[in-house]
Amino acid sequence: MPSPEELKSRIEGAIPGATAMVEDLTGGGDHFRAEVVSDRFQGLTRIEQHQLVYDVFGPEIGGPIHALSIKTSTPGGT
Amino acid sequence: MTNDEIRDFLQNAIDENKVMLFMKGTPDEPRCGFSMRTSGALNAMGVKYAAMDILPDPRIREELSALSGWPTIPQLFVDGKLVGGCDIVMEMYETGELAQALGVEQPEEQPAEAEMPQAPLGLENRLS
Repeated sequence: MPSPEELKSRIEGAIPGATAMVEDLTGGGDHFRAEVVSDRFQGLTRIEQHQLVYDVFGPEIGGPIHALSIKTSTPGGT
Repeated sequence: MTNDEIRDFLQNAIDENKVMLFMKGTPDEPRCGFSMRTSGALNAMGVKYAAMDILPDPRIREELSALSGWPTIPQLFVDGKLVGGCDIVMEMYETGELAQALGVEQPEEQPAEAEMPQAPLGLENRLS
């Protein structure tokens, strides 16, 4: 079962310079919320930003990770 | 129905409906909180939209995600383009960008979950 810590370190490992805050929304280990701040999001649309985060987990989204709610921003703002 | 036929059907739905929502359940009976919030935001906008339930056949979701490159449900398309899932739609609702994308006035009230849904077009029945 994935843990918030595991998701956090995988996001931070996969997206250069990213800082992630991940919480388990239900305590069940399958509904998560991630707030990710990274320079890498600069100039990207929201769709593209969220896609970068989804891409870290690939087919696990919809599988063991039933839901991943995402909020992305750049260090300077949104 | 083959997978190719499902994908063509989904692409047609996206092309033919200015505002197209793929969700779990229907606007009247959403089967997931994320789908409920997203259709609630559209209801609050007072726009007419088409909604399709992806639950009747797991291949609908597979083909939709393959087509859109987006792994989760709901998925909102406006003018044939993916706008986003629940998080993005709610964020855009709050900033007024959703009203802009839909070409309507920003409503004064927050989307109420109990709000009367717009009559959805009967797309969901055609796949079952």
